[in-house]
Amino acid sequence: MSRRAILLAVLGAILVALPAFANPYVLSVAILILFFAYTGQAWNVLMGFTGQLSLGHALYVGLAAYASAGLYFHYGLGPWAGVWLALAVCIAGAAIIGFLAFRFGISGVYFALLTIAFAEFTRIGFDHLRGLGGPGGLFIHVSNRETWDLLNLRGPPAMFYYVILFLAAAALAFSTWLLRSRAGYYWQAIRENEEAAQALGINTFRWKMLAIVTSASMTSLAGVFYAFYYNNLFPEQTFNISRSIEIILGPVIGGVGTLFGPVLGALVLTVLSDSITNALAAFGWEFPGVKQVLYGVALLAVVMFLPNGIWPPIARRLKL
Amino acid sequence: MSALLEVRGISKSFRGLRAVGNASFEIPEGDINGLIGPNGAGKTTIFNMIAGVYAPDAGEIVFQGRRIEGLRPDRVCAAGIGRTFQIVKPFAGLSVLDNVVVGALLRERSTAQARRLSDALLEKLGLAAKRDLPAASLTLPDRKRLEVARALATRPRLLLLDEVMAGLRPTECDQMVEIFREINRADGTTILLIEHVMRAVMALARHIGVLHHGEVIARGTPEQVVRNPAVLECYLGEEAEV
Repeated sequence: MSRRAILLAVLGAILVALPAFANPYVLSVAILILFFAYTGQAWNVLMGFTGQLSLGHALYVGLAAYASAGLYFHYGLGPWAGVWLALAVCIAGAAIIGFLAFRFGISGVYFALLTIAFAEFTRIGFDHLRGLGGPGGLFIHVSNRETWDLLNLRGPPAMFYYVILFLAAAALAFSTWLLRSRAGYYWQAIRENEEAAQALGINTFRWKMLAIVTSASMTSLAGVFYAFYYNNLFPEQTFNISRSIEIILGPVIGGVGTLFGPVLGALVLTVLSDSITNALAAFGWEFPGVKQVLYGVALLAVVMFLPNGIWPPIARRLKL
Repeated sequence: MSALLEVRGISKSFRGLRAVGNASFEIPEGDINGLIGPNGAGKTTIFNMIAGVYAPDAGEIVFQGRRIEGLRPDRVCAAGIGRTFQIVKPFAGLSVLDNVVVGALLRERSTAQARRLSDALLEKLGLAAKRDLPAASLTLPDRKRLEVARALATRPRLLLLDEVMAGLRPTECDQMVEIFREINRADGTTILLIEHVMRAVMALARHIGVLHHGEVIARGTPEQVVRNPAVLECYLGEEAEV
């Protein structure tokens, strides 16, 4: 077995065994890490592979969360049904943004602004959607915390942990496969030099559309998870730009475009921010916003000293 | 020989400044053609119109009996025209091999097949030893070779070479000439090259068109062209005195 396979197997074994010895707090942090590892992986398809900077991925998390939660709230249909609606809504949203951007040659910073704009006006729109709770929020009834009900995503934290662990592992495997497929080659070519990519016969519009739709589809599953894990949704939180930033920090700090960067970035960031908040709390200090300050410092340090992220040098050191 | 590519009276202006005016020529199947002319004569503009970067204001471009003017660059490439860029555009973050694989995937079904074709092309272009290096680490002559390998990977019927010899040393230039002769002979690939380096054009091209102020002022074999008084006056004359 290669070193990479051994490392993955060890990591997988630890993660599978974790709920057996972790206390509820550690488990909740682990769920958060895996959540951001997953969304980071999804975002990475669009930015890391294809070079299109989205600063509005909270849009897909939110749309999917509201779609599935709304279906459950109004019609009693669980996430097994909601996930399809969530997928459809996110694909439609991504297709609209992608079409506007890629058809009319909006790229770089302007593309980023477009993604922010869509997330923002969707947030404002949901503030006015009375049927989905409006600014007061949408709450899902918690009927069962003991037994595993995977179809309805009702159960104990350990169940949510395994669900998000499965998603994160699947996303890693899927991204690995994507990168070695025709799509992976074409996306990277577009990222590196779009004009040259087109000159080699690549329909750049079509492949960029595929990238944004793939990324949004992956993100939509995280949205469904989010809705049924937290059981409450507020437009102000769900679609907030700070959510989008949280999604991209993991891969940016771990290494944009790498396969393991999003996972490592999510781990480092979540553990750091939680331990600092806890350490401060232990001294009786409470600073609102300390997490954001930490994110800023971490981002600054990575951009200055490790512009490719922290994973590539570690991978070299481990000879992976 | 029938014409593989026919350019009929194409014109292109940029903000009122005429870059190409009513240029016509044809390239016979299997031939090696050169397009020469002083700086700003409109060579690269003609090239870009054939490759689909911009549509001509007037005129027709016919490739294999089919009009292609105004088609997007990827369609032009799929139709069978491969190109290199004067200012090289490698996929810097990808390995040398993966650069070529991107091109090879146009006609190959699987990535495995594309890699095989790419390896063969890197061998042909003398880049095999550098296949796993990032393209960003290549020197300029190697980047030019990579441009050629990548364009060839799309299996073009017509290969457009935009100043691939510029910046090469004479020995490197001679190597490239040999490579193009081999490509032309082995696969029957038709070649159109734009070149400043006269040594290469004279050695390689069987027919040459001379462009001046966006117009084709002379056409013929290298021997005919260098004796043409109009050409000597506008272009070669200045050089001959040096």
